Amino acid sequence: MLTIRYFASLRESLDCEEERVSLENTEVKTVNDLVLQLSSRGSPWDLLQDTRQVLVAVNQTICPRSQALHGDEEVAFFPPMTGG
Amino acid sequence: MSNMIHEVDIKIRVQSSDFDLAEEYARLRDVSDNPGAIVTFVGLVRDFADTSCDREQSLTLEHYPGMTENALTRIAERACQRWPLTACTVIHRVGKLLGSEQIVAVLVASGHRDAAFSGAEFIMDYLKTEAPFWKKQAVGEESEWVASKESDFQRASRWHESGD
Repeated sequence: MLTIRYFASLRESLDCEEERVSLENTEVKTVNDLVLQLSSRGSPWDLLQDTRQVLVAVNQTICPRSQALHGDEEVAFFPPMTGG
Repeated sequence: MSNMIHEVDIKIRVQSSDFDLAEEYARLRDVSDNPGAIVTFVGLVRDFADTSCDREQSLTLEHYPGMTENALTRIAERACQRWPLTACTVIHRVGKLLGSEQIVAVLVASGHRDAAFSGAEFIMDYLKTEAPFWKKQAVGEESEWVASKESDFQRASRWHESGD
């Protein structure tokens, strides 16, 4: 199972902090595929397609949307950081 | 990675409680092997609304536990690869903070001041763009997420790290 986490403004917009998703019987092979699948839920999930406002980390490391997924990772979506 | 990194004392802390700069300075001075220079930086909560209003202003910091500590450690390690630092401490607070409270501290020890200044600046610049912290500011009952600034990305990119 994939664990998907959402942070900050994105967590509030989606009203979701964390969910578990199975990639079995899906065509999802990359982060980008996952985003398309989540976006098919309709608004506001299509927010995930905004590559400038939504960053992705797989297993807690920032990665491009072309990153491959095997189905057992922790994937996180969040807005650009504003710490410091 | 060079062997040097393993000898550098890197301390990373993410906490809701406040920190005592004098204590952190003393510790860094203690663990550093012959430091010729120690640079300390502290970031504070600024007023962001009209200060004449009597509504409470606050900042709430959210983070990604686990990834935050790893990201800060990697940033500090990169600074240590680039400059001959002898010790380094990064402390970042999370949760609700009020005006003028301390948010972040970066302390860097080195043999000479150039490396200590540059190392501290490098760590702060990358902390702002690569460590998963998000600020939400509130005035009274109204709150909004702080937007990231293009100028922060430009500051970080000026270090031009190759192969990173």
